[in-house]
Amino acid sequence: MRQFAQLFRRLDQTTKINLKVGALHEFFAEASDEDKLWAIALLAGKRPKRTVRTSLLREWGAEVANIPLWLFEDSYHVVGDLAETIANLHPQNHSTQQENLTYWITFIRNLDGKEDDEKKELILTTWDSMDASERFVFNKLITGGFRVGVSQKLMVRALARYTGLEENLLAHRLMGNWSPVDTSFNDLVLAENPDDNRSRPYPFYLAYALEEAPENLGVPEEWQAERKWDGIRGQVIQRGGELFVWSRGEELVTDKFPEFEILRQLLPDGTVLDGEILPYKDGAPLAFNDLQTRIGRKNVTRNVLQKAPVVLVAYDLLEADGQDLRHQPMRYRREKLEQLVAEVKGKTDVLHLSEVLSFKDWSQLVAERARSREMHCEGLMLKRKDSIYEVGRKKGAWWKWKVDPLMIDAVMIYAMRGHGRRANLYTDYTFAVWDGEALVPFTKAYSGLTDKEIREVDAFVKKNTIDRFGPVRSVNPELVFEIAFEGINRSTRHKSGVALRFPRMNRWRLDKPAAEANTLSDLHQLLNEYGG
Amino acid sequence: MALLEFTESGIYCPIADIYIDPWRPVERALITHGHSDHARPGHQHYACHHDSVNILRFRLGQEISVTGYGYGETFLHRGVRFSFHPAGHIIGSAQIRVEYQGEVWVASGDYKLEDDGLAPAYEPVKCHAFITECTFGLPVYKWPDPATVHQEINQWWENNRKAGKVSILSGYSLGKAQRLLHHLDASIGPVFTHGAIENMNEVLRESGVVLPDTRRVTADINKKEYKGGLVLAPPSAIGSAWQKKFQPFSEGIASGWMALRGARRRRSVDRGFILSDHVDWPGVNTAIRETGAQKIITTHGYTSIFTKWLLEQGYQASAESTQFEGELNEMSEADNSEKAA
Ligand SMILES: [Zn+2]
Ligand SMILES: [Zn+2]
Repeated sequence: MRQFAQLFRRLDQTTKINLKVGALHEFFAEASDEDKLWAIALLAGKRPKRTVRTSLLREWGAEVANIPLWLFEDSYHVVGDLAETIANLHPQNHSTQQENLTYWITFIRNLDGKEDDEKKELILTTWDSMDASERFVFNKLITGGFRVGVSQKLMVRALARYTGLEENLLAHRLMGNWSPVDTSFNDLVLAENPDDNRSRPYPFYLAYALEEAPENLGVPEEWQAERKWDGIRGQVIQRGGELFVWSRGEELVTDKFPEFEILRQLLPDGTVLDGEILPYKDGAPLAFNDLQTRIGRKNVTRNVLQKAPVVLVAYDLLEADGQDLRHQPMRYRREKLEQLVAEVKGKTDVLHLSEVLSFKDWSQLVAERARSREMHCEGLMLKRKDSIYEVGRKKGAWWKWKVDPLMIDAVMIYAMRGHGRRANLYTDYTFAVWDGEALVPFTKAYSGLTDKEIREVDAFVKKNTIDRFGPVRSVNPELVFEIAFEGINRSTRHKSGVALRFPRMNRWRLDKPAAEANTLSDLHQLLNEYGG
Repeated sequence: MALLEFTESGIYCPIADIYIDPWRPVERALITHGHSDHARPGHQHYACHHDSVNILRFRLGQEISVTGYGYGETFLHRGVRFSFHPAGHIIGSAQIRVEYQGEVWVASGDYKLEDDGLAPAYEPVKCHAFITECTFGLPVYKWPDPATVHQEINQWWENNRKAGKVSILSGYSLGKAQRLLHHLDASIGPVFTHGAIENMNEVLRESGVVLPDTRRVTADINKKEYKGGLVLAPPSAIGSAWQKKFQPFSEGIASGWMALRGARRRRSVDRGFILSDHVDWPGVNTAIRETGAQKIITTHGYTSIFTKWLLEQGYQASAESTQFEGELNEMSEADNSEKAA
């Protein structure tokens, strides 16, 4: 456990990728095979079944810290993490236990089915035997959620360095629903696998944002325009009768999208499609949120499949009949793609073709771009018809041309403390617009201010508090901020009648008095124009 | 009439017509210590501990009218007896004891109970009413043994030196920087200082404080000379272009906020060391008990939570809002001191 707690601390301490990979590499070199396997599983988001209710952990945490429950809860609110709150509040601070990670995971699994009293005794004894960092990791094993900025990709890189095996091959081996309980490090990671090569994706070609006028790109005839869908970029691969779905993060997500299973039979052997995985129902795309909720789930249940089914909107063909097409011009790849989709059409609803927008001059595209929001799109994609499929982010041949965010000037009326470093600063604000003489709250927004501005707003909050309720302070309505957001929807749950997508503080309108902020009818006008 | 009250301008003794750490300009101000949220400009006359005199002059201007007192030395004003007592926060920091007709109040300013080896150690002062900070007044804040932390810092420096990296260690320029300096193991390598810190070191050395040798970072130092060295920098320098010349380097920050994981992550430095000049949870409870006071007034920090806790413990406690920024101090003070410098 000491090794794993140390690994966790090292991963947590740094944002530098090479330090993280180094820490993982060292851990792999030192830890036992069973601990390695569990570490891989935990960092990939797999965790042992929860065997203790968190409400009990809170109670016991307060009890061993010898503080009332309300003080425990207030502390938890500031810390923002239950495992850490309990670990810090516990009086013991040196370690007497010698067991490894696998031992403690088994210990937690074995709590299942025991009476609460017995669980309590076992957990309290364990807490006593650990220092704060081990106790924190132990609690995390119970409560889950090891978020330490280790992507699958990064872990695979460290594992590749340790094993000497290729990254894509390892990514493939780590995919799927394996559990450390019924496999071994050797079987899962090291052993030769006959279809190692089949899943291999191509690196994605990524576009830069277009900052200037499209006229500067040259003649419209040389360009192909498509909508920029608001989903997840992915590659769908059929090779040797198997199907693989990779997300843009180059993670294998095949299991997350069982809808695509049918493409295993329908696509010819040796096909690689590049496209957008889009939530889509009754002939129209759904909001991105629906997809996000689905991705966040561990298991794809029937309910999820019904609520937010997905399709692939294909926009490129990277491999056909086992041939790499990336050095063929876009024009050629597009033609082959259209043929392929036409062949599959009628047999499934999950494969769509990304529509090409016809335009004679750039002004027509300006109009199309303006419709993006109502189409649930982020804007347009512009691709040169003679472009090859490049590797990574390259300028010149592909551009994303996003819509401008919507803006509204709003008055700050409530403030709440942040978490962590900002636990002492009022960083979370609620904003309102005018409805006659009254201010109607319509959104919260967090990010977008500099540290210096946050400190200034914080000082304002402390000096201008009118009322407090729990952690929230209501303040004199004086400060005006420009709120930028990507979309607006009707909402019955909000008093204002609207819900915003990606609201953020764009800038502090020091030049505007509160009376000049926007009104509720301005907001509703945006809703009518752009809302869904 | 209360012996001390909280007014628009600050903590006020109406009988003596004297303020303690006022934030608006007043005639007579007693200053607990030299941090910029406690020692503000514009007062007609200042009084503080001897060791704070030069700090105040440096930060507020040579021309200010200021009187220094020793710890325990008393003076009378309109029948009210005032004295300064060690607060252990930084060099020159003092609790201010106020006595009138047998009633005693203590305004503690900022304080910590651990002896940092540099500032005279905190001494409990018996009183009826105690005004305390609660910057870290939550039970999740418990400081590790400072000796262990200093060891960790030296170990980190040594490891960086071996890896061919410069160590950049941040702490605010008055107090934390000198405390760090005092405990650095000079046998590991040379110690360099950011200008804001070196300016403060000079002021302190002139006042007779003994500090280890340091070298100010200047443009004409050859990059090679930094190799294996440690650079002391204020928090505002972290992440700035100023750091470039030290590459490759590892950054560390020493602050009480580093006790929480979220804070460590957000600072995104390589190492966070838990070292604070403010009192932690066990400390603030001990301090209050040792004063024997029944009436406790809480200022800057987790005042409402801490006050509720004290009420449950049977104290007559209340929270007062002030313009002390103790909760921001550790992160932002360097910015203020640079302005002052
Ligand atoms: Zn201070
Ligand atoms: Zn303070």
